[in-house]
Amino acid sequence: MPRNYTLNDTRREYRQVRDRIIVAGVVICLLIASLLARVTYLQVFRHDHYTTLSQDNRVKIQPLPPMRGLIFSRDKVLLADNRPSFNLEVVPEQVKDMEQALRDLGAHVEIDELDLARFRTELGRRRRFDSIPLRYNLSEEEVANFSVNRHRFPGIDIVASLDRYYPLDANVAHVIGYVGMIDEPELQTLDPVNYRGTTHVGKLGIEKAYEDLLHGAVGYQQVEVNVQGRVIRVLDRTPPIAGKNITLTLDVSLQNLAVELLADRRGAIVAIDPRDGGVLALVSAPGYDPNLFVHGIDPADYRALLASSATPLLNRALKGRYPPGSTIKPFVGLAALVNGLRTPEMETWCPGWYRLPGKERRYRDWKKGGHGHTDLENAIAQSCDVYFYNLAVEMGIDAFSQSLWNFGFGHATGIDIGGESPGLVPSREWKKNTLGQAWYPGEMVNVGIGQGSLLVTPIQLATAVAILANHGRVVRPHLLDDAVSPGAYQGQYWFSDKLATPLGQTLERHYQAIIKAMGEVVQGPRGSARASGKDAAYRYAGKTGTAQVIGLPQDDAAKEAMEIAADHRDHALFIAFAPLENPAIAVAIIVEHGEGGSTTAAPIARKLFDHFLLPDHKRMADNGG
Amino acid sequence: MGNQSLPQRMHIDLPLILGLLALCSLGLVILYSASGMDRDVVFNQGGKIALAFGLMLLFAQIPPAQLARWSLWVYLAGVVLLVAVLIAGDVSKGARRWLDLGIVRFQPSELMKLAVPMFAAWYISERSIPPGIASTVAVCALVLVPVLLIGKQPDLGTALLVGVAGFTVLFVAGISWRLLGGLALGAALSSPVVWYFMNDYQHKRVFTFLDPEQDPLGAGYHIIQSMIAIGSGGLYGKGWLNGTQSHLEFLPERSTDFIFSVYCEEFGFMGVLLLCGLYLFVIGRGLYLALNAQEAYGRLLGAGLVLTFFVYIFVNMGMVMGQLPVVGVPLPLISQGGTALVTLMTGFGMLMSIHSHRRLLSG
Repeated sequence: MPRNYTLNDTRREYRQVRDRIIVAGVVICLLIASLLARVTYLQVFRHDHYTTLSQDNRVKIQPLPPMRGLIFSRDKVLLADNRPSFNLEVVPEQVKDMEQALRDLGAHVEIDELDLARFRTELGRRRRFDSIPLRYNLSEEEVANFSVNRHRFPGIDIVASLDRYYPLDANVAHVIGYVGMIDEPELQTLDPVNYRGTTHVGKLGIEKAYEDLLHGAVGYQQVEVNVQGRVIRVLDRTPPIAGKNITLTLDVSLQNLAVELLADRRGAIVAIDPRDGGVLALVSAPGYDPNLFVHGIDPADYRALLASSATPLLNRALKGRYPPGSTIKPFVGLAALVNGLRTPEMETWCPGWYRLPGKERRYRDWKKGGHGHTDLENAIAQSCDVYFYNLAVEMGIDAFSQSLWNFGFGHATGIDIGGESPGLVPSREWKKNTLGQAWYPGEMVNVGIGQGSLLVTPIQLATAVAILANHGRVVRPHLLDDAVSPGAYQGQYWFSDKLATPLGQTLERHYQAIIKAMGEVVQGPRGSARASGKDAAYRYAGKTGTAQVIGLPQDDAAKEAMEIAADHRDHALFIAFAPLENPAIAVAIIVEHGEGGSTTAAPIARKLFDHFLLPDHKRMADNGG
Repeated sequence: MGNQSLPQRMHIDLPLILGLLALCSLGLVILYSASGMDRDVVFNQGGKIALAFGLMLLFAQIPPAQLARWSLWVYLAGVVLLVAVLIAGDVSKGARRWLDLGIVRFQPSELMKLAVPMFAAWYISERSIPPGIASTVAVCALVLVPVLLIGKQPDLGTALLVGVAGFTVLFVAGISWRLLGGLALGAALSSPVVWYFMNDYQHKRVFTFLDPEQDPLGAGYHIIQSMIAIGSGGLYGKGWLNGTQSHLEFLPERSTDFIFSVYCEEFGFMGVLLLCGLYLFVIGRGLYLALNAQEAYGRLLGAGLVLTFFVYIFVNMGMVMGQLPVVGVPLPLISQGGTALVTLMTGFGMLMSIHSHRRLLSG
């Protein structure tokens, strides 16, 4: 194309382009001004707003859960520990595809159905930005495996935590109880501030009763996080206050021995220091492994525990309701002395049976030939039934139930871990209210020897023995050793002085009479438990008991036939305290279907006393005897 | 001419070079922070800047008449390559943009950012200024071809910038206001058609632009985080390396498309004034150089390149401040990356050539 521009054309072109460039320049300036206006709006006028948003972005408040207090026994054995463990936790809002992530995780960390089920429950319940545990207790290998692949799982991380661990396993399960994951109802009642970041709470036993002592106070830290929520640095920190370590009155060597002595039989042993009510041993056999419950028990395991005919989850020491059998006799005897129905010297003729006035039915004594002329001491030492048939019928239900009530039967002892059954002391009102019937004097016969509708718990029995050993000074059974952790639990009185003396103005000689009789039981020439009391290095007092599980026919042949069935065999009971002069330990022992109180239960008491009172024996036992 | 100064003999414009160097240096400073204090990234980018400056110096030596003679062929080659990309290009991030030439991977769409204004300037300067209806329509049609090809990749941002590059030349050449109005009307009327051809993710971007708050954790997230970064910077900024939004990774694409947010957060309003000042200086100098070109071709090409440069800036800043939809346009001379940098500096090289060869040709 030929170039034939004139000079004018070029000038015109130049002006044309120059004008347009000027227009463009003006437009550019206007647009830059609009950008600057926008910047001004964002950085000057909305600065505070965006500063807040920026802070919210980067600064997160994290609760720091306190370390749970440890639990020790009086002999300095650790009963509840915190063990470091590595858990895999998920922050749901940071996981794009949860299902995919859970599937992929399986390649690095073992995740079973239970973990998943537990996780999904939590997922529905917790907030989207909360960290939810998926797997507890990762092995070292799993920790390493996951750490290498961590970048592939945003929002999922390994969190080190302290897990509750019960080293003594089943032996103290019914005392310590266990902690478990906080559930929905607990979420409503727990302090939401103090429990931010806490995953477990005491569910049972000591762990539940002293939750507020053991838990401690939550701390906080302000952390700077990046977009994935990973903590970059800590800006500010208020440390948590660890829960208090508490010491129990429990003597673990005695507790372990008690478990050992019950062997694989069902039953309960409660030992109390009568001087202050401190529980030295509290065994309910069989026990269970409380560690199973810490991270939520496998439903199959739980079903197995529930279905077991041995009912391992039942705390027999606190909830087991047993007829006391003859172990009730010292208390009834004392009531008779107090009420003036008997003097120690008054004798009852025992032909081997008793008949209510004007009735045909014979109530047999356990001894076929009878005990002959029997005074109170012999009646207790040989456990004469006829003496107490007579006595109970004479006493009547009102005086009888009031006396037992005063010794702590029929209502909770108030042991600090709670969960007690009140047992049952029958009364006119009770019978009227529950059965709609009047009380028949004839019922006194059975009730008088600890049968019939009378039901006691082992803890009640042990507490009553302690009161007896104290000559009437009431103690409240408790597990927290206030002497070792002084003031740890304020507002609680363990001691008797605040409580009413049972049986009103009971004279000292009445106690002495009963205690002397109980001494004869184990160390007298005709005592029912003299075999177990033989050659003891100290004097002690006891009372055997054999409680019928079901009402057995009085006919001998039929009785023998029925007794063959293990579940129908009598319960063996024994109560005792030692030493006689200045009691340091009071026990109640119940061996379910153990048959003879003197043969099964009484030797256990002797071994416990030997262990507890004699240093040499104690050492032998500790060495694995 | 024996009495020429060194810059003149090297065909460079000292004020422009100083402005560009200042911008690139500022860019490296921000990049160090935006990359999370990664020295390797900064050195790497420094290398690219050096390369781009080299190319700029090289192109400054090529006389505008030579560029004019190449214009048509560069344009045609670009179109062919764009077609090749659509057929055999590498897919990256869901779009087919790259052409693997064995030795180098190459984005023909970048070439078009220069080829289109070259071609438009040549076409118009060969005819009449201001362009008549016929040549306006012809230029529009011929600019639209690469724009559509790039839009098909899909690369909406680049298509837009290539179209803008062609349009700026038309504008500077003096396209009549009436035609301009007609084009604007045409664009408005064709927008439903464009909408129809757009992908879902492009639709989403438009929605996000219209209301970023409606999906704060999804598509709107980036814009919100960017506005938080800018707003929280305030007058004086949080200080270099102290931007929490960027260093804690709340900002997306913080070393590339959203680097302006990092800058605003750390250097505040004062920093923005400095940056805009530098940009205005470069733009002003560029327009001055273009205006003083000897030939109409140079004048048109130069002004077109400078105006396109401004559009880059405007679109990027508008985007990160939530004024414009999110299109992948980097902040020129600041964002990390070599491709756009090389294109831009080549353009500035041409600008210098247009200016510095003036006397030689006239002499």
